[in-house]
Amino acid sequence: MSHATTFTHVPSGLNARRIGAIARYTVLEAWRNRLAVLVIIAVTLLTLLSLFARELAVTESGRLQTAILAATLRIAAVFLIGMYVINGLTREFNDKILELMLSLDLPRPSYLVGKFCGFSIVALAVAVIATIPIAVLAPVGSASAWGCSLALELLIITALSVFCITTFTQLLPAATFVTAFYLLARSISAIQLMSGADLLGVDALGQKAGRLLADAMAIALPRLDMFTQTAWLVDGSAVYPVLLSILLQTMVYVVLLLAAAMFDLYRKNF
Amino acid sequence: MTERTISSVPVVVLSLLAAALATQLALKSVEPRPTASALDLSDPPPRAALQLAAMGEPIGTANLLSLYLQAFDNQPGISIPFKDLDYAKVESWLSSILDLDPPGQYPLMMASQIYAQVPDVRKQRQMLDLTFRKFLIDPNRRWRWLAHAAIMAKHRLNDPALALRYARALTEHATAASVPDWAKQMHIFVLEDMGETETVKILLGGLLVSGTITDPHEIHFLTERLKALQSAEQSSTASKR
Repeated sequence: MSHATTFTHVPSGLNARRIGAIARYTVLEAWRNRLAVLVIIAVTLLTLLSLFARELAVTESGRLQTAILAATLRIAAVFLIGMYVINGLTREFNDKILELMLSLDLPRPSYLVGKFCGFSIVALAVAVIATIPIAVLAPVGSASAWGCSLALELLIITALSVFCITTFTQLLPAATFVTAFYLLARSISAIQLMSGADLLGVDALGQKAGRLLADAMAIALPRLDMFTQTAWLVDGSAVYPVLLSILLQTMVYVVLLLAAAMFDLYRKNF
Repeated sequence: MTERTISSVPVVVLSLLAAALATQLALKSVEPRPTASALDLSDPPPRAALQLAAMGEPIGTANLLSLYLQAFDNQPGISIPFKDLDYAKVESWLSSILDLDPPGQYPLMMASQIYAQVPDVRKQRQMLDLTFRKFLIDPNRRWRWLAHAAIMAKHRLNDPALALRYARALTEHATAASVPDWAKQMHIFVLEDMGETETVKILLGGLLVSGTITDPHEIHFLTERLKALQSAEQSSTASKR
């Protein structure tokens, strides 16, 4: 496996073609696994659920439908992409497909980047499908901003899933980690706010430690509560400055997760 | 599967990891700590949605929501946090939390002890009224918050009529044995403060005769109170003559 630890043996053009081939087959695999059908069914069911909720509403029925649909679509998209990536890569680990590929003249980063690119295309497709019903209910500008943000959020989840499965190599710990990470990243701002609340006027050691811990976690996590906000759709609040900050955060975090995944993959002995 | 040493990882990957980590830390370090402002408090989600989101854990969800709401009150940089809050929204949040966890005491504690302390009479009355309405739903469990509301109405709002209304509600509705006698008798002392000594005497006498009070110290205290009222009345009648 001496090829695995070098960057320079493979010409860059050839390397790019290999990355492209891995990405293409990853997308093809998703297509043949009928992921698109599953996503369309999920989006349809959630749209019907939101219609049901709309019928129950006494007032602001349109707002309620949009809010419920946006919140549930976001969670469903994240869940589907996270599970799909983890499941796909677990199978490659278990069936020794990864070992077979690395026995060829393929650098480890190429495999990882190729898989990530393929999964990213799948994630973008999921974001597009999820945005279609939202675009019907909300203004086009808000819906497109929501869709862009969802795509960026799914990119982070994709990179996180790739990192987790590279590190843990098993489905359960990887899925648990991704779930816990996502919940924490969505709620870290609220946790910080709660840890900073000093209602009793007692600045005890435990409270200080809690505040420090919350601040430390906030530095390491992306603020996913800023992403894909339902308020953009129902309140029409200005989103474009926020989108730029979300884009920057996504780029930095995806690179960080991929670098960490590469680090782990290089250290593995097959 | 054994692991290789870190030295087997190419320098490019290590550099990329270090650079990405440094950028993330730098990016988040310059980001200001999130602070809640009074304007940030939105309406609570619909009750059905909250029930759904609780996923069979309404008590845990209610407690988390209480903490969430509380975080909007006491944040660094907000000088008069409670006063700036939209109390209609606060009321909706407290009601939603109570709906999720009816035996929970936290929302009414917040209503009567925290949100009712703002220097705004209208908002104080709004919170006391919420406490009163929610008390009527489960009086034997929520009596203490109405008792506090009665005291607030009397001393803070200087509204003895409102205090008497709350105190009477305590007597009429909070009838469980677990409710202490002082709460059940609160209306007597409110009436006394209002100068309704005749009514107080009748109520005190009736209470002592009814046998509902068994504690000797309490019987002694109320008897002394009744005697004091009677002697005060006699001395005032004598001075008038």
